[in-house]
Amino acid sequence: MIQFILLFSRQGKLRLQKWYTSQTEKSKKKITRELIATVLSRKPKMSSFLEWKDLKIVYKRYASLYFCCAIEQEDNELLTLETIHRYVELLDKYFGSVCELDIIFNFEKAYFIFDEFILGGEIQETSKKSVLKAINDQDVIQEEELEEKRSVLEDLGLA
Amino acid sequence: MKFPDLSMSTPVRLRDLIRQIRSAKTAAEERAVVQKECAYIRDSFRDEDNTWRCRNVAKLLYVSLLGYPAHFGQLECLKLIASTRFTDKRIGYLGAMLLLDERQDIHVLITNSLKNDLNHSNQYITGLALCALGSICSPEMSRDLGGEVERLMKSTNPYLKKKAVLCAVRIIRKVPEQFDVFQNSVRSLLTEKNHGVLLTATALVIEMCQQNTHALQSFRKLVPNLVRILKTLIMSGYSPEHDVSGISDPFLQVHLLRLLRILGRNDSEASEAMNDILAQVSTNTENSKNVGNAILYETVLTIMDIKSESGLRVLAVNILGRFLLNNDKNIRYVALNTLLRVVHVDQNAVQRHRATIVECLKDADVSIKRRAMELCFALINPNNIRTMTNEMLEFLGTCETEFKADCTSNMFLAMERFAPSKRWHVDQMIKVLTTAGNSVRDDIVSSLIGIISSSSDLHGYTARQLYKIIRNDITQQPLVQVGSWTLGEFGDLFVNGQYEQPHGEEHIQVTENEITDILERVLNWSISTVVTREYAINALMKLSTRFPNCSDRIQSIMTYYACNMNLELQTRAVEYTSLFTKHNIIRPSIVERMPVLISNSSSNPNANEQQEQIYQEENPSNDAQINHVPPNEPVVDLLKLLDEPIQTNGSIHPHEQQQNPLSSNPLTDLLFGDDISHNHLNNNIIPPMVALDKNGLRIVFTFEREDTLLTIHSKATNATQYPITNFIFKAAVPKTFTIELYPPNSTIIPANNSGEIHQIIKILNPNKDKLRMRIKLNYLFNNSSMGDEAELNTFPEQCYN
Repeated sequence: MIQFILLFSRQGKLRLQKWYTSQTEKSKKKITRELIATVLSRKPKMSSFLEWKDLKIVYKRYASLYFCCAIEQEDNELLTLETIHRYVELLDKYFGSVCELDIIFNFEKAYFIFDEFILGGEIQETSKKSVLKAINDQDVIQEEELEEKRSVLEDLGLA
Repeated sequence: MKFPDLSMSTPVRLRDLIRQIRSAKTAAEERAVVQKECAYIRDSFRDEDNTWRCRNVAKLLYVSLLGYPAHFGQLECLKLIASTRFTDKRIGYLGAMLLLDERQDIHVLITNSLKNDLNHSNQYITGLALCALGSICSPEMSRDLGGEVERLMKSTNPYLKKKAVLCAVRIIRKVPEQFDVFQNSVRSLLTEKNHGVLLTATALVIEMCQQNTHALQSFRKLVPNLVRILKTLIMSGYSPEHDVSGISDPFLQVHLLRLLRILGRNDSEASEAMNDILAQVSTNTENSKNVGNAILYETVLTIMDIKSESGLRVLAVNILGRFLLNNDKNIRYVALNTLLRVVHVDQNAVQRHRATIVECLKDADVSIKRRAMELCFALINPNNIRTMTNEMLEFLGTCETEFKADCTSNMFLAMERFAPSKRWHVDQMIKVLTTAGNSVRDDIVSSLIGIISSSSDLHGYTARQLYKIIRNDITQQPLVQVGSWTLGEFGDLFVNGQYEQPHGEEHIQVTENEITDILERVLNWSISTVVTREYAINALMKLSTRFPNCSDRIQSIMTYYACNMNLELQTRAVEYTSLFTKHNIIRPSIVERMPVLISNSSSNPNANEQQEQIYQEENPSNDAQINHVPPNEPVVDLLKLLDEPIQTNGSIHPHEQQQNPLSSNPLTDLLFGDDISHNHLNNNIIPPMVALDKNGLRIVFTFEREDTLLTIHSKATNATQYPITNFIFKAAVPKTFTIELYPPNSTIIPANNSGEIHQIIKILNPNKDKLRMRIKLNYLFNNSSMGDEAELNTFPEQCYN
C-alpha cells in the first residue's frame, strides 16, 4: 500500500500531502522535511527510486512539481510510477492542461480527485472515465447547492 | 433560520486569501497575513457561524498545508460533517482526514456522523464517509462500523462496493480479529465484472492471505478463477476505458500477479496451475514502455517466488537480462534489485549477464552502483576470480568513499575463498589496500596479516612488495600497518635476499638501515595514527635482534619514546627499553619469529579470535596486561568461593588502550571482602530480559552475576528480510556504576534470524543501586542509516539487589 504521498515544488513548498498511516504532526513535518531535501538533491541522471528507512520512495517530476510516493517493500515500483502518471492525467483532464497554479488555487479539488482514485493507500478505480464522472457529479451537486444559497441570500437582500 | 451577522462583512474568499499569501514578499509578511486571518477564523468559529464555516475551514486547511497550526479547526470539521449540505460534508471530511488522526480523542466523535452517512441515500455522501473511514479509522471505529462496511460490500452499486472493500482492507489491518466479518463476502466479489471491484477485491484477498494462513489455503482454490480473469484481460481486445498504452488495465494485471505469487508460494499444485499464464504474460507483454515493464517485473517476481518449472525461470532471468540493457535507469535498477534476490538461489542463471552487470558499476546512480557491486560479488566463482578482481579493483579506484569499506571487505572475502594462489592473493590484497586508502575496516588489516603469516614461502617476497610501496608513500594507514608488521617480522629475509625475485621487476637491494629508516619515519610522522605507530614501534623492536647492526639505534629510539605524550606508546617504549637493559637476556626469545598464525577457516573477517591472537603475541612483554590475564581464574583457584566457574570470555582485552578497571576490583573485593561468598547468587536465577524489540531487531540480555560484578550477554537478532550491517551498540549507565563493553563478535546481523551478534557487557555496581541503562544503536539497514535509543529500567532485581 501507499504509506503517504507528497507533492512539492522545486523550491520545497508543499502543495499536497496525504498520509495513510497514523503519525504525529511533528513526525510528519520531520519526514516531509527530510524527504523533500533528499529528493531535491537528486541529480537528473539518477533513478526515480530510493530506499528510505524501511520504505521505497518513488518520485517523478512533472514540470515544476515533484510527486513523491512512499510504498512498502512488496509493492511494485514501476507500477507506482504508472499510478503517479494516472493521477497527473486525471488532474490534466479535469483542469485542462494542469499547471502548478491550478493545484495551488484548487487544492481541495486536487484532494477530491485523489480520493476518488486512491483510498486507504490502495487504488480503487482504474477507469479514468469513472473517476472523472464521480468528480463531475459531485461538482454538480455542489453547484446546485451554491445556486440555492445564492438565491436565498438574494431573496433576503443580503447577497 | 439564523441570519448571518450583518455587522461582519463576508469573510475573505479562499482564492483571495491564497493570492494575498502568495503576494507576501517576506516570510514575516506571510506570517502576518496568516495570523490575522486565523484570528478572524477563530472568532468566527466561536460565534458559531454556519454560513461561512465551510469557507473558513477551507482556508484553514490551506494554511495548514503551509505548515501553520490548524488544530482549532478540528471540531469545526465535525460540525461540517454533521451538516446536511453536501458542500459542507465534502470539506468537513477532507478536513477530518487532514487534521484528525486516531491518536486524538476527538476522533471518536466522528463515528456517529459516519454511521449516519454510511446509510445515506446519496451514494456520494456514503462515498465520502467510506473514504474518510478508509483513511483514518482507529481500532474502535473499526469495531463500531465494521458491520456497516460489510453491508456495503454487498451493495449492488459498484461505486460503493469498491470503496467498502478497501475500508475492509484497512479494518483488518488495524483489527485483525475483524477478519471473520469479511471473510465470506470476498469470494463473490471476484466474480464481478467491474474492474474497480475486482482490483479492490484482489487487494482484500492479498491482505487476508498475509494475515491468516488458513485463509491462504482456502483461497488457493481460487487460482483457476484468477488465471481466467488474467487471461481475459490479456486476450480481450482494446478497451478504451482501462487501456494504458495498449495494455489492458495494467494495475489489475499486476495485482492479480501478486496474488498469484502469494498463492503459489510453496505449493506445487497452485504453481502448476499458473505456469501457462505466466509464460503467456512474459512473452506477450509489450516491453517498450514502462507500463509493460511493470507487468513483466511483477511476473518475474512471481515466477521466481513460486515453484515454477526451470524453463519458466530461464525466461524470467532473460527478461531481467533484457531489463539490464534498457536505456531507462529505473528498469535497470529494478532488474539489479531482483537479480540480487535471484543470484542467491540460482547463480548460474545470472552468470550469463555478468558482463552487463559489470558495466552497471559505471552508472551515475549511486543505488544502481551499489546493487551492481553486491551482485558482482555474489557472482564471483573460481573461474572468474581473476577477471572479476581486476574489475572490482578498477571500480574501487573510482567509486565513492561510501563504497570503499564494503568493497574491500568483500574483495577480501572473495579472495579468501577463491584465490588461485597465495602469491596472487597477497599481490591483489596489496593492490586493494593501495587503492582503497584509509577506507579499510580494521579487521581486514589483521586478516591480511594472518594470510601473510600463513604463507611461509612468501614472507620475504611480501616484505619486498610492501617496502616498495611504503618507501614512497606512508599516508595510507592500513597499508602502512600491514607493511610495518611485515617488515618487522620478515625484514631480515628481505635484506638477505631470501625470497623469490618477481619476474620483470628491478632488483631492490636494501640495507638494514634503510628499513629502520622507514619504520622510524612512520613512527615519527605526526599524521600516522596511533595504531599505525604502535605497529611501527613493535616492528622496530623485532628488528633489534634481526638487524644486530641497528640494535643501538633502535634502543635509542625506544629511549626517546619512553617520554612520549601518548600513554600507549610510552608504555611500550618503557618496557622495550627494559628489554634492552634489565632483561636483555630474554630479548631474543621474546621477539623471535612468530609461529604461523592459524587463520580462521571461516570466511568471516569480523571474527575476533585472530585479533586477540595477534595482539597477545604483539605484547609479550606488556607487564600491565599479564596481571589482567584471566582476572578471575586465579581467584577461584585460591579461594574456591564460587560453585560455578565464571565466564572468562574475551578476558584478554584486544583493545590495549582500554584500562581494565573492572578486572582489578573483583580481585581486591574477593581478597578483602568477607561477605562476598554469602552474597553470591546462583547465576541461573536471573531471568533474561528483552532490551529491544523493534522493527525486526531484537536484543536479548542474559545475565551472570558475581556480587557487584554483573556480566551481561547481549544477543542481537534480525527477523527482517534484509541484513543489518555496521551495527554499533553503545551503552551508558548512571555515575555510580562502571561499565565495560567488550567488542562484539561481528557487526553484521544476517536476515531472517539466521545469525546473531553476541556482545559482552560488564557492569560494576559497588553501591548495589538499581540498574538503569541507556542504550544507543546505529546500523545500516537496507542502505539507510538507522539509529535507535532506549532507556532500560526494568532489569530483573537479581541483577543488582
